[in-house]
Formats: sequence, structure tokens, C-alpha cells
Amino acid sequence: MHDTLSRTAVPETADATGPELLEAGFRLVGAASDVPMLEGRRATVDGQRVAVFRLPAGFAAIDAHCPHRAGPLYDGLVADGCVTCPLHNWRIDLASGRVAGQEQVVGVHEVIERAGQLYVRLGASACDRGGDCDHAGEPAAGAA
Amino acid sequence: MTTSTDILVIGGGIAGQAVCEALRERDPELTVTMVCEEPRLPFDRVSLSHLLVDGKDPEALQLRPETWYADQRVATIVGDPIAELDPDAGTARLASGAEVRFGRAVLCTGSEPLMPPLPGIDLPGVIPFRGPEDCQTIRREAARGTEVAVIGGGLLGLEAAYGVASQGASVTVVHLMDRLMERQLDDPAAELLEPALRELGVTVLLERQTRLILGPDRARGLRFADGEQLACGLVVVAIGIRSRTDLARSAGLACERGIVVDDTMTTSHPRVLAVGECAQHRGMVYGIVAPIHEQAQVAAETLVVLDAAGPDMVVEHGELLRDDGDAATSATAVATAGRTLYEGSILSAKLKVMGVDLVSIGDADTSGAPVTADGGHATSAAVHDRESGIYRKLVVRDGTLVGAILMGDTRGHELLLDGVKNAREVADPLELLAEASQASPADLPDSAQICNCNGVCKGEIVRAIVDNDLGSTQEVVSTTRAGAGCGSCKPTVTELLRVVRGGQVEEATYLCPCRKQTREDLAAVAREQGCESVSELSAACGAGRDCGACKPGLAYLISEVNSNQHREERHARFINDRVHGNIQKDGTFSVVPRMRGGVTTPAELRRIADVAEKFEVPCVKVTGGQRIDLLGIKKEDLPAVWEALDMPSGYAYAKSVRTVKTCVGQEFCRFGLGESMKAGIELEELIEGLYTPHKVKLAVSGCPRNCAESLIKDIGIVAIEGGWECYVGGGGAGTIKKGELLAKVETKDDVLRLAVIFLQYYRENGEYLERTMPFVERVGLETIQAAVLDEESGEPAALLERFRIAKAACDPDPWKERRAPLHPKQFAELDSEAAPIGPPEGGEVEAERAAATATALRHPALAVTHVSGRSAEESPDA
Ligand SMILES: Cc1cc2nc3c(=O)[nH]c(=O)nc-3n(C[C@H](O)[C@H](O)[C@H](O)COP(=O)(O)OP(=O)(O)OC[C@H]3O[C@@H](n4cnc5c(N)ncnc54)[C@H](O)[C@@H]3O)c2cc1C
Ligand code: FES
Repeated sequence: MHDTLSRTAVPETADATGPELLEAGFRLVGAASDVPMLEGRRATVDGQRVAVFRLPAGFAAIDAHCPHRAGPLYDGLVADGCVTCPLHNWRIDLASGRVAGQEQVVGVHEVIERAGQLYVRLGASACDRGGDCDHAGEPAAGAA
Repeated sequence: MTTSTDILVIGGGIAGQAVCEALRERDPELTVTMVCEEPRLPFDRVSLSHLLVDGKDPEALQLRPETWYADQRVATIVGDPIAELDPDAGTARLASGAEVRFGRAVLCTGSEPLMPPLPGIDLPGVIPFRGPEDCQTIRREAARGTEVAVIGGGLLGLEAAYGVASQGASVTVVHLMDRLMERQLDDPAAELLEPALRELGVTVLLERQTRLILGPDRARGLRFADGEQLACGLVVVAIGIRSRTDLARSAGLACERGIVVDDTMTTSHPRVLAVGECAQHRGMVYGIVAPIHEQAQVAAETLVVLDAAGPDMVVEHGELLRDDGDAATSATAVATAGRTLYEGSILSAKLKVMGVDLVSIGDADTSGAPVTADGGHATSAAVHDRESGIYRKLVVRDGTLVGAILMGDTRGHELLLDGVKNAREVADPLELLAEASQASPADLPDSAQICNCNGVCKGEIVRAIVDNDLGSTQEVVSTTRAGAGCGSCKPTVTELLRVVRGGQVEEATYLCPCRKQTREDLAAVAREQGCESVSELSAACGAGRDCGACKPGLAYLISEVNSNQHREERHARFINDRVHGNIQKDGTFSVVPRMRGGVTTPAELRRIADVAEKFEVPCVKVTGGQRIDLLGIKKEDLPAVWEALDMPSGYAYAKSVRTVKTCVGQEFCRFGLGESMKAGIELEELIEGLYTPHKVKLAVSGCPRNCAESLIKDIGIVAIEGGWECYVGGGGAGTIKKGELLAKVETKDDVLRLAVIFLQYYRENGEYLERTMPFVERVGLETIQAAVLDEESGEPAALLERFRIAKAACDPDPWKERRAPLHPKQFAELDSEAAPIGPPEGGEVEAERAAATATALRHPALAVTHVSGRSAEESPDA
């Protein structure tokens, strides 16, 4: 029972307009309607690649690539609260970024839908938390 | 007409059945008659909640098959209630007028739902939740999208509401109190429950007193005390039950809220006992199943002791006397003489709502007040994790465990229930909580009750496993009946089995392991509820919501059950099936166009070469299936690549029919006995585009030299002198195995037809991700031959017909989505665009697809040649 919405509804931004969100460090990444239900799409925020997902309870965003072998997480299978990497089935919790059964954690980012647009603000990156940072933010093709 | 019986059981509910069974365990001789008012044999009322969700046939709930009653010599009278009871005379009269003489009677008349005397309560569209008919009404209305209001936020009301929500209809629970399930839960637990229910789609209104039900012709809404209104089309009332005591009262038995019984389960008349929801024992009327089993054991004991005391006892002044007037013995005196007595039950409740784990045991100290009425000091200790929705509380009174609430994490509830029953002394409640979370069923005492619905304890289960050498959970459930009720103890039963068998458990393969649901379970839900999409199936039973890994399997199941006329949901498909390419380790995709039978043309080869150059394809490779693979294509380039190739998808990325490999055969080969290329191309056309449980690779060889490697294919065809052979279940990958010879037939059309029928059989019966090799081993060649070869049975023709329907609805070329994408960003990211693919062809896409399908379906191999009886076939060629 992860309430993904509660994470996005940070007080300062709860009623913020698009311009105010940009002011607060969010970046416009695209139209909400371009992410189908329970699918993911890649977006670029300040040069870093993130994966944005649409869940029954709202949107979620994490680093775009799997900490295992940099699989494209935005191409993963999405359940109510986690994504499964398409390459070797690592499972990542979309609320915490934790990888099931592993030490690794992927970066979790804030995402807000406002007037049909998606805004993302980068959270602490995997590098900042001392995780395996080799692939953080790189496009899939470049990382292999 | 008069019949006679030693024991008359009045009422065929769980209680009546339990009394009959407990009696037969002790005495094979006594004659027993059970009279049932409802027009059916006893059924499992508890599971009505499941019925509401899975829509199974109510008949599936019958507790025992009809043969059981014959075998056990329990006479049954169904659909005819007892209208009068005369304990002194030992007679009862049925509503139909017939008389039954009895030695002793057991009242198991149960209870009826409490319907508050509100204006409008009698309107159509106001129902209780008690019987199969109520379930049917609720399901019917929910399916229509009727808004449903449930009055009552107790266990029953919440289960009813969940049943409605699981079908996607809107439902509101209206509760009088300020928290849900106030008798079982305290504030923190109730606070966690509400959002959990909301997530399942149930709206909760607390502190609402319903004043009237709006009419006028049928229920249209509720009005509350504060004047507020709620519109709805169906009102389900679940506020409580009332014991059915009318018959007992008119027979002169002492009744209060229920029929008053003593510790032997005897009423105020020694000749009559009472068990179940109709009985009141030490001031308690129980509304759950576990006490019924305990009471039934005691009642049976009392009956047997009385019987042993003398067959011809009579009753005088409330005392049992022998016929000769000697030795007066009251029932209580008999039973007290060293026999079992009933001393009351510990209440425990489990919510049967998928995804909400909740158990409340005993005195859960729901008031939150530190000192209780009797002055006993209650301490409670709790673990509370709001974020993950976990709350585990123990209540200790005067140093002993008296109750618990487990929400979100119910591990160890058997241990705690046992602790409450045995008044376990607790020095440090937190320590016990920690112990409970660690407790495995292995640590439980033999007396610990595992199945509360059917009252089965650990010792019985272990004994059954050992004595009968049981190997699977299913066997344990059917032997012991543990887990046959609400089913929530099944994981514990499995765990016990594992402990007893030292890890050796023959389990069903689960399609959804998170929810422990097999392909059969899920197919049944999908069929019965008419689920046409994975989402509907998930909503119906929770499958696919936890880790999502099983969604592609569910997607296949849904497509198969609906003969490809399902609603396709790409989120349930692996990325390969969303973009119709095979994902590679660097996130790029491979593109393999269809090249039937491995036969191509110079024009196709030229186009492939042009594409490879134009898109700077990093690698061009000939595949094992005799086709050409373009590797390293970016997702965004897929549509443009397909457009330039102008060839259909080869489905090389899917769990589907792949390709038919061929050798050159009779047309060129000097050894050829059959036209293998031609047969291979025809076969591929017949079956291409169909999804299967796992990939299916095929081959056709023109002679027994077998150059196309037919013997190690899922389906392999070999031309021989004067005919064709069809092999199935071969494999040349991880494990190498020669296929089994399914049959030899005469003509090419015959062998293609056989291959198609086998394919359909595998599509319907294979487990997801089970290749044909293990499939054939598991099912057995003989079973398969019986199904696909025995034309007399009509089954081959039926398989062929289902194949035709599925094939007609499948997509022979998903690459057409390049021009008609399902979604603007089907082949792109938020930060990228798909490469443009030139001017649109205009509405040709659909027409082309239809034409391709129609051509393939006109094939002679698909003509249903053997029509046995029923469906006269309208094959285009016939
Ligand atoms: C939807 C639902 C879910 C439930 N879930 C749970 C659960 O999860 N756990 C749990 O412990 N309990 C649960 N319960 C409660 C449980 O089902 C009951 O406690 C139990 O079924 C009561 O059995 P009974 O035999 O005493 O009464 P009943 O089931 O009421 O049976 C009495 C029978 O006697 C018949 N009868 C009455 N008068 C006469 C007469 N004069 N002559 C002949 N026949 C007569 C009635 O028609 C009826 O068939 C649930 C109940 C419902 C409705
Ligand atoms: S790269 Fe994600 S599981 Fe291996």
C-alpha cells in the first residue's frame, strides 16, 4: 500500500502553477497523456535520464536505468508499486527505489502532473547516496 | 405419513452438518435424519463472500456430495421445514404435514439477518447478505453498474462491499459508528483499514445513521439522520443477525437472545439440544463458525452418552427416566460424569478481502480504556507502522494473553489464538509479538487450530499427512477440510505439509505466485466472470497486482479464454510485445521479418540489404529458424525499418508460433518424398500470429533424412514413403529430446490439420512458459493422442473449430501498428520521437489484415472433415 501521491504532494508545491513549479526546481518533461497506464517512458531532466511511470494512484519517477546491467527500466513491466527490469527481472520499488533482494537502490524523483503536463524534480541521485553510480543518468545504449 | 429416527437434526446449515458428522464419528448405528428448510443440502455459507468475488456456481459450496449422505446413512429432507416440535411426545411435524418421531432432537436453526425497521426496508432492491440468492442479486446489479450502498461496516458488510468493488461497481459502506468493525478493532487498526478499503474502491461513510430508504417503487437511495442523501440502486443490509428461536419458543424451550443451552448443549428440555447460531451458551450467541464445531463435538458426545444410558428413556418433569421408572438421570448429570463439556469459545475473526490482511482475536481491547469493567488491568503492546499499513497489537490482562489484532501482517496468528485459548502467561508482550512474527507452523502445539472455519487443528493435519501419505496441499484440504472454508489458512497448511514431508511438496504451478493462483483457478475466474482483459481479471481476484511479473501469463490466458477477442492491454505485455521486437542487452531491438518456410526472393533480400545500410544496422545474421535478423535497432527506428522492409512481422520476439523450418524436399531434392517447402509455407500461413504458452518452433522435412531437424522441434513433420509423420514435444535447446510420434497420416492436408489440432490443444492446456517438451511429458502422449486423434469423440473437430475462431481474431502482422500506433508514443520516449515513415497508406491496414486472415482460413487442412453429431461445419471449402 504505497501512496505514491503523498510523495508528490509536497506542501510547497501542492497548489503551485506550472511556472511556480519550474521556479521550485521542477522541469517540464512532457505530456501526461504520453505515458499510458501502467507503462513507463524515459525523460531527460537536467541532462539526467529518468523513467516516469503512470500508476493507478498517480505518477512515479526513478532513475532510468537498472543498477544491475543498466537495463531500461522504463521498458519494464509495471505492477501497482514496482517495476520489473526487462533484462533480468530485477524488481524495483517505485516509492523507495529499493531493489528487491539486493543492496542497491535507484534514485527516486518527484513528479507532479499539472494541467496535463508532467514536471519532474530530481531527488538525491544514486551517486549521492553512495550507490553503484556507474550508469546513473546514462542512456542505455551508451552504458552497455 | 410418519417416519422415525433416533436423532432428528433440525436445520441444514454448517451446524446441522457438523452435528451429523460428529455423531457419525462416534456412532455408526444411531439413525439420523436431517431436515433442511432451504431447498439444498448444507453448504458453506462462509464462502459466499468468495462466491461474490469469483462468481462460481453456488453448487461448488455444497459441504458434502449427495453420496456422502447415502454412505453415512444420514436421511435428508430438503426444502421442507419443521413447523411444530413436541419434545415431550418426541414428535415433529413438517410444513408439508408429515410427522417425524424422534428419540432426541438437535436444533440447528441458525439465524436470520437483522433488518432494521426503517421506512422503505421492504422495497425491492433492499436485501441482506446471507444466501446464494443474495450473492446473485448483488453480482447481477454490480455487473450492471448499479451503485450499491451497504449498511453496516462490520466484517460481513465489508466483505459484501469488496465483492461489489471487485466487479468494478461503485459501492459505499454506511456505518453508524465512528470506526469500522468496532467490535473487533481499536482505533489505530480501524484507521489503517479504511484507506486499505478505499484503495480497493470502497467508499466509507462513518457516523451515518440511516433514517429511511428512498423509494417509491424500489430502493433509490438512503437518507441519513442529518438529512444528507446517498443515491444508490441496491441496498445491502449487513448490520447483524438474530437467532431463529421461534420453533424452540413454541415448543416451550427457554429462549433469550438464543435458545438457552447448558454445557452439554442441552436446552431446557433434556430431549432437545441446540448448536450453532441459534444457541445461547453462558449468555453468548456466536456468529462465527469455529464455535459451531466445538459445540457439535460436545452435542454429539452428549447424544451418544444418553443413548448408551439406555435406548428407551423417557422424559418426565424435565428429567430423563428409564421406561421402568428407575434411575433418573438428567442429561447434565450424564455428561458431567467424566464427559466433555462446552465452556465457550474464543472469538476470532479474519477479514476475507483480498489484499487486506486482518485478524482479530479474543478480547482485542477495542475501547482503548486502560481499566476494564471488571477491574482487570489490561496492558497492550503494539507495533505500528503507518506507512506500510502494519499494526500488531497484543492485549494482556493480569499477566495473561487475552486478545490480539493483527493488521497488514498476520504472521503468527495461530500461535496467538492458541495463546489466548490457553491463557498463556505473558511477561513481555513485545517479546511475544516478536516471537509470533517468527513463528513457523512447525513451532505450533498440536492443539493449535489452523482452520477456524472447519475447526481443524495442527495435530489432525499432521496425522492426516502421515497416515495417508498426502503429498499436495489440495489433498490435505480435501482430506482434512482444513482450508476448504474461507481458504485463508491454506498457506499454513502448505507450510505444515512442507515441514512434515521434509520439504517434499508436489505443488501446483502457480501462474500468479504472489496470490497462489493456478492457471486453472484463474481461467475459471476469467470464464465465470467473463473477464475480457487482464485488468478485469486483476480486479476480480488480485492476480498480477503485487509484482506484476505474471502479467504476460495473464495476458496469454485472457487471450486464450476469449479466443483472441479479448481487450488487449499492452501494460500486461512484455516490452517485446509492446513494440514487436526482441529487446537486446543494450536496450535496442532486433527485427526478424516473416520468411515463411525459410524461402525468400531476390526482391526481399534487396530490401533487407537496403534497410541494413540505410539504418546502419550493426549486425545482420541468419537465424536458426532460417530467417534474417537485423540486430541493434533503436526503438524509435522500428516503425521506419518495418516500413522500408515492407514484410510482415516474424513474431521472433514473442511467446508465439515462430517459424516453420524446411528442407528443399521433393521439388528439388533427389531423395525427397514430399513437398516440404510447400507444406512448411502452408503450415506457417495457417498458424502465424498466434500466441502460445511458450514459443513454438516447427519444421517440415521432405524425407526421413530429416534435414530440417523435425525430430527436435515442438512440432515436426516428416514426409515418408506413402504419407507423413507428425512428431510433437521434441527439443534441441537446453535439453535435447526427440519428439514423440503423434501419428502417421496419408496426405499433406491431413498432417497439417493434425499439427494445427495439436497446437490448439497445447494452447489450451499448456502452463504459461511450458514448452511442448515438458508439456507432452506432463500430460502424457496417450492422453494427447486421445484428445487430438479420436474423431469419434468430436474433440478434434471442436479443437479445430476453436483454433479457427482464435486464428480469425489474431493479428497476423502487428508491424502494421507503424501506421496505426496504439498510442502516440508507442515507439518513443518522452524525450524522443519516432522516425517519420512517409505518407500514410490510408485505410488499407485493416483491409489487408482481414484479407490475409481470410486467405489462411480457406485452407483445406482447416476443413472440418469429421463432424460428429453437433456443430455442422460451415467451412468455406466444405
Ligand atoms: C457472507 C457470510 C460470510 C461469513 N463469513 C464468515 C467467516 O469468515 N468466518 C466465520 O467464522 N463465520 C462467517 N460467517 C458466519 C457463518 O456463516 C455462520 O456462523 C454459520 O453459517 C452459521 O451456521 P448455522 O448452521 O448455525 O446457521 P445457518 O447457516 O443459518 O443454518 C441454519 C439452517 O437451518 C434452517 N432452518 C431454520 N429453521 C428451520 C426449521 N424449522 N426446519 C428446518 N430447517 C430450519 C435454515 O434454513 C438454515 O438453512 C459468514 C456468514 C455470511 C452470511
Ligand atoms: S539489467 Fe536490470 S536486471 Fe539485469
